[in-house]
Formats: sequence, structure tokens, C-alpha cells
Amino acid sequence: MLTQLTDLLGKENVLTSPEDLIPYSFDGTATFRQLPLAVAFPRTTEQVSACVKLACETNTPIITRGSGTGLSGGTVPTPGAIILCLVHMDAIIEIDPANLTLRAQPGAITANIDAAASTHGLFYPPDPGSMKISTIGGNVAENSGGLRGLKYGVTRDYVMALTVVLPDGTIATFGNACVKDVAGYSMKDLFIGSEGTLGIITEVLLKLLPRPAARRTMLATFASMEAAANTVSAIIAARIIPCTLEFLDQMTIRCVEDYTKMGLPTDCAALLLMETDGHPAAVADEAERMASIAIENGALKLTTAATEAEALKLATARRSAFSALARVRPTTILEDVTVPRTHLAEMVTFIAKTAADLNLTVGTFGHMGDGNLHPTFLTDERDEDEMKRVHQALDLIVTKTLSLGGTITGEHGVGLAKKPWLKQQLGDASLNLMRQFKQTLDPENLLNPGKIFDAKSSTDHNGSAADIDGQ
Amino acid sequence: MSLKSLDFSILQQCMHCGMCLPSCPTYDTTKRERNSPRGRIALMRSVATDELPITKSFADEMSYCLGCLACQTACPAGVDYATLFETARADIEDSKITATPKRSLYRFLTLDLLFTRPRLLRAFGKALRLYQKSGTESLVRKTGLIKLLPADLRRLEPQTPRISEKFSNELIAPFESPTAFTEVRKVALLTGCIQDLAFSQINRDTADVLLANGCEVHTPPVQPCCGSIHSHNGETELARENARRLIDLLPPEEFDAIISNAGGCGSHLRHYGHLLENDPTYAERAKAWDKKLKDIHEFLAEIKLRPPTAAPFSETTLVTYHDSCHLTHGQKVTLQPRHIIDLIPGLTRVELPEANWCCGSAGVYSITQPDQSQLLLDRKVKHIWSTNATILLTANPGCHLQIQSALPNLKILHPITLLAQAYAKELTANELPKP
Repeated sequence: MLTQLTDLLGKENVLTSPEDLIPYSFDGTATFRQLPLAVAFPRTTEQVSACVKLACETNTPIITRGSGTGLSGGTVPTPGAIILCLVHMDAIIEIDPANLTLRAQPGAITANIDAAASTHGLFYPPDPGSMKISTIGGNVAENSGGLRGLKYGVTRDYVMALTVVLPDGTIATFGNACVKDVAGYSMKDLFIGSEGTLGIITEVLLKLLPRPAARRTMLATFASMEAAANTVSAIIAARIIPCTLEFLDQMTIRCVEDYTKMGLPTDCAALLLMETDGHPAAVADEAERMASIAIENGALKLTTAATEAEALKLATARRSAFSALARVRPTTILEDVTVPRTHLAEMVTFIAKTAADLNLTVGTFGHMGDGNLHPTFLTDERDEDEMKRVHQALDLIVTKTLSLGGTITGEHGVGLAKKPWLKQQLGDASLNLMRQFKQTLDPENLLNPGKIFDAKSSTDHNGSAADIDGQ
Repeated sequence: MSLKSLDFSILQQCMHCGMCLPSCPTYDTTKRERNSPRGRIALMRSVATDELPITKSFADEMSYCLGCLACQTACPAGVDYATLFETARADIEDSKITATPKRSLYRFLTLDLLFTRPRLLRAFGKALRLYQKSGTESLVRKTGLIKLLPADLRRLEPQTPRISEKFSNELIAPFESPTAFTEVRKVALLTGCIQDLAFSQINRDTADVLLANGCEVHTPPVQPCCGSIHSHNGETELARENARRLIDLLPPEEFDAIISNAGGCGSHLRHYGHLLENDPTYAERAKAWDKKLKDIHEFLAEIKLRPPTAAPFSETTLVTYHDSCHLTHGQKVTLQPRHIIDLIPGLTRVELPEANWCCGSAGVYSITQPDQSQLLLDRKVKHIWSTNATILLTANPGCHLQIQSALPNLKILHPITLLAQAYAKELTANELPKP
């Protein structure tokens, strides 16, 4: 198998030594580690197809990977798997300013896509925290969100067409550059967010928007997390859709400040980063109304970014939140629960109480405008007792989330990290249908096996986190 | 200290989020994880937990790392990459996996001999100066005698720094005091090794600038190497010995500040506390030393330097500034040099694209990794051209030599030299250049 792979791609594009493989045994997710059999770097869609056909012949599992910044263990290898790393397929193929589209290879960096669009006065809104290094292929496979989800939606909302290598090696294209298209099932939507389990995305056609003419960024501090949550609910109830409503609790503020040294207020309990963009008149109006709603809901202090550079600094600081929390303890276990926005205050309170009850340290931040929270447990994977309590807390938070009509993952995907709770959320009918799709497309279970759910129902997990670090 | 004995939490601090990847010049080149900070840390972690022995391949990887510390600036989790990197390199030296008789001889001659004996280093410098000035150099090049040198030294020979006419001790008195200041700060000036041999005028300029800002300048004529070169190359014990000698020579309690003007040295010099933390005699003094150690730009900004009133040149001059890695990432001194340049009349500063991206000098990297070093140098040169600047300003002798080797006709100066020239012009001309 490895000889054939080398013949196919060239020696320099296949890695097999331990020193080469160890750095591919994990992604951006804590606690999951597994060595792959090899790492291969295809350069074209045809090469990807040939690799997949070879994998079929030799019954070798394939894990597709971009920059490896995933937060649910989606690209952690399974034993004996080949990693297909698409980082060299990173071209932005064309921008069509007349049709407002951009065509790119899967390894293109997210931030570069928006930068390329901006040279035409256009805008690619999805901006996941890792946008400076995350790849568009990974974003589509995980259906990534970002800081602007509230107004602009997520990656799915910008995918017009995909070229996909199917599990038998067939190259297929779904969708096109038309704004409207109802010819048959929307197959592209099946592959968006499929976490590399149904096919390998080798080209994307993205929708672009005109770049907003104006933007205003504000920072509000609060004496309690509930006050911040109530502000968010009130803004949305007031029929305002800002592009960003981001929330940081005190622990997170302190870590981010420790990293950025930009003078964030470290003595407040919660901080809201609010941003509105669009027509200058609308921006001015919305900003004013958001400010008064924040004050009505108990904001202690409200500041407005004076310049574009200052606004960018604030957003960048927010993007560093997850990694900055790692300053406190050796292991950071990140959650991605999402609830309908009216339940935000209740959820935030529940998280804090759960952590306190179980004597755990938690930092919570997230896309409050989307109801998407990232409670992050700061712990040490070598402390067995504490890890047990972390898993207990995760169970409790998931159960509470689902009781409020929420979801176990808003934007990180299920991968390995959220797999134990998928059945609890979906129920049998929904999960079995997903399994049938997988069975139909990938009967040999070779593409990213064991991610999202196990192919056979007998090995299903049943709402327990007991095997979260069993990898 | 070894990776195995190191506090494991330093390794665990890396949560492998990948935020370091876009900042790493080697990952940017290859897009392979092992050539990235988090990949290297994963390898170190595997060595620490006995999952990977110290192999030739591991040693190659640690040699391929520039040690530019751009990843430390990028890392939100605050990973102490410098410590991990130096510990890994020390482990590799201890393992002898890369040892060859030739390599061991070079290391002995430089690390053990030249860079522990300042007088010997100057004697070597004098010999080199004679070689360069007497015509022997051009003779050796012309006659092909140069081919007798081993290939790697031969390639490097044209990059040998021009040795200064005079060394620092011939330009700066051991003690110089300012005139007409009521409040005087007492500072020590570190003259460095390469800076002393090749750029002694920068040391003189530093002394002048300090005097112009009311500092009493103490400059011991013979100073040991700071030990940075030893530490970066896995010779921790020699690094400690040099640190102790420097602390003895310049007791921190006697000065308001100890000034370094070379980015690479300063980055090492301000971490003596960590280097000597297990030395019962020196641990406390080393901590006190770290508090006193200041980069010259940082110090001037702190004491609110006096803006010069004269311009160094008669015409408005376009300049650009290149961040030395160890000044910007190692010491986090980025705004102060720009601030100082902007205070000098008659200069227009244009920001260099990718100003804080390594130029490929990185200590002995241009010797150990010539290909990658050249790639980075080409990239730097392209950006310098794009600015149309007539002067490049930078504050580290390594960067200076590296960039000069590619752009022999470009004027490269230390920002402090330009500041000193501006102060000097105040005495002769009080007019600003016409725009």
C-alpha cells in the first residue's frame, strides 16, 4: 500500500517516519491522540481520487485533514489510517466580481479568501477563531461558524458548489454558480458539515457579499453574566441584528488580557463585544440603540472603538480566547453547546453553578448572539479524579442544553469529542437515517471512520462520557 | 536540565490549537507539521515521555528551527518555547547524536574557546582585520587559495564581517559622565561580541545617546560574552558560566539599568534569572539583573528621551525598520524603536512589509541551514526593495550582516546611530531640512 502510494504521489509527498507522524497524531482538540500509518500530500483532485481508489483496494481508512485546527477531534487518526493532507491544494482559483463568487481549492486559508475578496470590495463573512490558518475545506467539512454568525450565518450559507471525491474515488460536482437551483436533492448540503465521513472536498465555489460600508465596535462591561445575557436577549428582541455579540466571562477576560496586554477591564464579571455593520446611517442608529439597551440592562461601562485598527484588535483578542484560557491549567476541555437565545441567562448560570458544585475551574465565552457558548474546563488530564468530575459536568451541561431545546455542538462538529452525546440529542430515527446515508455512500466505512457516530449501531454510545479519552 | 527532567507542565502548556502555524517561517515553507512549533513541541513531548528516543531526525528538526520565537508572540496560551527549544538542543548535544570530529572541533574552537575568552576573541578579530586590510584577503580569493578551506567555510567567507578599525574599549572610556544634568542615572553598557568586533561604532553611538539623556555610562573595557550563543547551541553550562562572570563584572545593585543594544544578546541577557535559578549563590542576583537589563530603545522610551532638534541628513530621507526576532519576539520591543525613529527630524519612515518575519540570520543558522536561510533572506530583500527606502534600520548585528550580504550597496544602520547623529548635528546646525 505505501509503495503504491509513493508511486502515485512521489516520495516527497508521503511521510512515514515516527518524527514525521507524531505531529499528525492530534488536532486542535485536547486529549485525543493516535498515530496514523502515513501522511500523504496530494496536489490535484485526480490524485485525491487515485488515493481513495487505492485505499478501497487495500481497505485502508482515510482521514482528510487541512491545518488540523479542529476542535472536536475530527481529524485525529484511527489506527492504520492514512491522512490525506490537502494543505498544498491552496489556490484561490478565481474571483468573479460580476457574479459575486470565489472558487478555491480546499487548502486555501480562510483569512486569505476574505482578503482576496476584499481586493474587489467584496466580503466573505464566516470568520472562525482560527481563520488565520484554518482551511476552507475544513470549514466546509465542519460547517464552521465564527464571530459574525448572528447576522451573516455560517459556512453553509456561502457554499454554492462543491467538487467532491466520493468514497469509491468518483469525482462529482454538486451545485453551481446560480442563485437559484432546485434541480434534484441539494446534495452539496449533505457534504457540508459531514466531517470528512462522506467524501473529500477538493474544490469549493463560494458566495461573496458586498463589503459593508461602515462598522462600529463597542465594548460593554457588566457586574454579572446574567446582565450580559439579558442584554443580548433584549437587543435581539428589539429587532436589531448586529453582526457580532460576543461574550467573555471574567476568567476569560483575564487570560486574554494576560496575552494581549491591551487594557481590557479585568475587574468586571462579564464583557460584551458588540459590532454592527452595513450602511453608515443604519450602523449609527443600531449602535445607539444597542448602547442604550446595554445601559438599561446594567452595563457598567460602554466604550466605542475609535478606529478600524482598534476594532480589529478587539475582534482578534476575542479570537484568542480559547487558546488564552490554556494559560491557567495544562488541559483545556472546550464545550460548544448552543441554546435558543431566550435561555441564555439560564444556561450561563447553570454552567457556573455546575462548575462550582463539582469544584471545577471553568472559563466561559462564546457567540452569545447565536446562543452558542464555549464553557471551557481548565483541568489536568493526568488528574483522574478531576477528569471524572469534568465528564460529569459535561454530562450535566449537555442534559440541561437538550432540555432547553439546544444542541450539543453549534459549530465545532461532533467528531470524537461530542460523539458520546449524539444519540441523546438526535434519537434513533434521525441517527439511523444518518447511518443509512453513510452505509450507502461509504459501505466499507473507509472515510474518517468512527467520527460523528460508529457505523454499526451495536457499538453505539449511550449518553455517557466514559470513553471520551479512551482513544 | 533535560526534556525528561523539565517540569512537564511547560510541555503541556501547548494545547496544539495551531495558532502558531502561520507565524512560523519553516512551516510556511514546507507546510509540514514537524516543521511547526506545535509539531516540534509534540516531538519534544514524545522524547520527554520516552515514546521517541533522541534520533538524528529529531536533531535535524531542532536544527531546522530558527529559534526566531515568532511562535511565542503568536501563542495565546503563553508556551515558553525558548526554554523548550534550548532544552531540546542541550539534550541533543548530550546525546552526541550529531557529533562528528569536524563539528566537535568547530564547536570547541568557537563555543569553548573564542566566545568564553574576550581577549582571545579580540586577538582573533585583529588577525582578521589584518587579513582583510593587508590585501591577503583579495590575494587568497584571487589565487584560488580559498579552495583549501572546507566547503561550508568557503561559502561563508564572503559573509565575514568587516572588522572595525577600533574596538569598543578604544572608543569608549570605562567611565563617562554627562554634562549639565542635575539628575543623573547610572547605567552599564554591554558591548557584545560581534557588535564589539564589527560594529563598535554602534557602541560608541549608544554611549553618546545615553550621555545626551543624562546617563553616567560605565563600560568595562573587557567584557565576557553574554552566553547567548552557548545557550542557543545546547551548551547550557558554558552559558551559565558566562552569565555569572557578567553579573560579577556589573553587579546589578550598583546600576539603574544595564543596557544592551543587540537584539539577540538582550533576549538572552534578560533571562539570567531562569538560567541560574538553581544556582544558590547567583539565583537572587540573577533575578535582580533581569530587572535592570534593558534594551536601549526600551530604556530611552522609559526615561522619555529628549527628542533631537537637528536632522542627521541635509535632505528628507526615506527609511524603513526591520525587527530583529529576538528584539521583537524575545523582548517584545517593537514600538519603541519606531517611536525613536519617528522622533528624529528629517526622516520619513515607511513600514517594512513583514517587518517582524525572520531574515534567516538566526545566530549560526546561515551556516547550519544555508538553503532555508537564503529563502528567508530573498523574501526580506524583496520587501526592502518594495519600500524604496534608502536606509534600512535594524538593531541586531546578525540581521545587519545577513541583509548586508545580499544588499551590499544598501545603507544599513542601527536606529541609535541615527539618533546619535541627530544629537551630534544639534551642535553644528540648528536648521531642519526643507521638505
